[in-house]
Amino acid sequence: MSGLDEEAELLRFSTAGSVDDGKSTLIGRLLYDTKTAFEDQLQHVEDVSRRRGDERTNLALLTDGLRAEREQGITIDVAYRYFATKRRKFIIADTPGHVQYTRNMVTGASTASLSIILVDARQGLVEQSRRHAFIASLLRIPHLVFAVNKMDLVGWDEKVFRKIEDEFRDFAARLDVQDIAFIPISALTGANVVDRSADMPWYHGPTLLYHLETVHISSDRNLIDVRFPVQWVIRPQSDEHHDYRGYAGQVAGGVLRAGDEVVALPSGLATTITKIEQHGRPVDAAFAPMSVTVHLADDVDISRGDLLARPNNQPSVGQDLDAMICWMTDKPLSPKGRYALKHTTRWTRAIVTDVLYRLDVNTGHRDEAAGKLGLNDLGRIRLRTTTPVIYDAYRRNRTTGSFILVDETTNNTVAAGMLLAE
Amino acid sequence: MRTYRRTHLQTLEDESVHIFRELAAERERPCLLFSGGKDSIVLLRLAEKAFRPARFPFPLLHVDTGHNFPETLEYRDRRVAELGERLIVASVQDSIDKGRVTEETGPRASRNRLQTTTLLDAIEEHQFDAAIGGARRDEERARAKERIFSHRDEFGQWDPKNQRPELWSLYNGRVKRGEHLRVFPLSNWTELDVWEYIRHEEIPLPSIYFAHRRDVFERDGMLYAANPFVKLLPHEKIRKEEVRFRTIGDMSCTGAVKSSAKTLDEVIAEVAAARVTERGATRADDKFTEAAMEDRKREGYF
Repeated sequence: MSGLDEEAELLRFSTAGSVDDGKSTLIGRLLYDTKTAFEDQLQHVEDVSRRRGDERTNLALLTDGLRAEREQGITIDVAYRYFATKRRKFIIADTPGHVQYTRNMVTGASTASLSIILVDARQGLVEQSRRHAFIASLLRIPHLVFAVNKMDLVGWDEKVFRKIEDEFRDFAARLDVQDIAFIPISALTGANVVDRSADMPWYHGPTLLYHLETVHISSDRNLIDVRFPVQWVIRPQSDEHHDYRGYAGQVAGGVLRAGDEVVALPSGLATTITKIEQHGRPVDAAFAPMSVTVHLADDVDISRGDLLARPNNQPSVGQDLDAMICWMTDKPLSPKGRYALKHTTRWTRAIVTDVLYRLDVNTGHRDEAAGKLGLNDLGRIRLRTTTPVIYDAYRRNRTTGSFILVDETTNNTVAAGMLLAE
Repeated sequence: MRTYRRTHLQTLEDESVHIFRELAAERERPCLLFSGGKDSIVLLRLAEKAFRPARFPFPLLHVDTGHNFPETLEYRDRRVAELGERLIVASVQDSIDKGRVTEETGPRASRNRLQTTTLLDAIEEHQFDAAIGGARRDEERARAKERIFSHRDEFGQWDPKNQRPELWSLYNGRVKRGEHLRVFPLSNWTELDVWEYIRHEEIPLPSIYFAHRRDVFERDGMLYAANPFVKLLPHEKIRKEEVRFRTIGDMSCTGAVKSSAKTLDEVIAEVAAARVTERGATRADDKFTEAAMEDRKREGYF
């Protein structure tokens, strides 16, 4: 945790791999080599490893937080880890390899700009690697890194690495991912994780950490389509601020400036931005993911759940939605099911009008006869909402294109959804 | 052409402000847990960013163990007055007097665990349906898995194995009557982020976060401030040391670290170089068992 540059950016990434791919060892290695794992945490891990009779200090214990996880030696839930170098601050969403993998991977991937997929050099391309890559592509993670691990166990052989790389390139060509990197590593020895490995002179690319520090992320955001979901209306009940009326929210796309003409949806009323501020300080340009307060020229009736866009670039507004969803609870989704739906800052109710198909994440096969979706299933459905939803296709905007479904009797979040184009 | 960059601190602030506004919009009766510690002090600044020039759409709630550092109480009252916000104090002493909890006895007695009852009673009395807290995921293993909007059942309990999935920035703020949410806007901040933000925003802090000479005694390898609430064991002696506090809790269970860091820059340099987590270094309350925090959290602790 050496002095982080105040100008440093934030990169969120997720990690995926099966139990034996060495994912926890890799995270332990990143935390350890960037001096983020603290002595008391390491001491704790060493103590527990010894007590359990592990052969080596089990760096996986650094990431297993709950008692049940330590008892069963498995990772149940997405865990968030933090480390920083001089260049960047990192948030890792560490997703378990097998238990509830789809639900957890989707959760971890939803906020990630990059995903590291661990591949065992001895195994090469396995079903699970394909599944991870597929989910990453479905969730529109812009950057994928295949970390080909355990190179020490294949004699640091370039041929092994190239063969895996070629196989993956073929497969990845069918995925919708902008940027893919392949890095040969050994999490155990640390080769090419933080420091360059002398054992693989044939590899000329970046180390894993260098790649994480330098991968170009600022162009991942949508700076074209202005989308501002109104979250909260600030109206001070005081004499001093009698006429103050500010529309607070987090920019979901595009760039907003004072003087810009905007249209409020769903009403369709046009007005002009007079001022943008943050805690009283004027903001010259507001873009994602800035949280700001916008002031408008006209006293239009706008409330939470409404959205500001540019008149010549508007999102879809509709009640019949087409979506890919991940089902996240035991009780299956079935046609005619009714749920609460949250999209941007708006709640509405929805009824499932059709289950088009269930998607096999391993083969990509579409099972059109499925009829329903169970826990950890992915599938395409149609919904009808009680009020209009103001949205974009998920592939165009991850914020205005995503939603969750909530069971109204338990209040549990039961599905994550990604909207398809109209 | 300009680049549209956000620094890591700005990105964290954007996210926290968004969380505050979502909570305010989704729950009718939230409160903000204010302890006078640095994390809750940062929460207040973020709440200003989210809601000013209007007042906060919630009161502040301080669970007062009666064993506070005097510097913390002095800071609390000054800050609340400056902000012009409403403060509710829920007192552990009252809970003891009413027989809701029994005071621990002996030299290691602490009111830390008793706070949970006082907090849950206050939530019930004021019918709060959400409590905003300053917990961070980097603090402790159990906290690394907690949601930003974290559900509590009607007994105030947390069920870590049955948490709601939390995706994108779509928070599920729905609860049934009698249940409540704990909401953690600083979930993704680290200790260093908090300090850098305090420096960047020039937020004043209670004086005990900076090095000062004070009477301390050593117990279980940690330094504690001499205080009227703890009886010394026979071999323990009071001595003067130059110390500061990395966390601020109850005087009976919050340890000090030896330090000469008198300014924010010096503190940040120390934090950046620290090799032990802040809770590991200074909190006796986490040391009892391997899952001490998980157990207390299940019961309804902060």
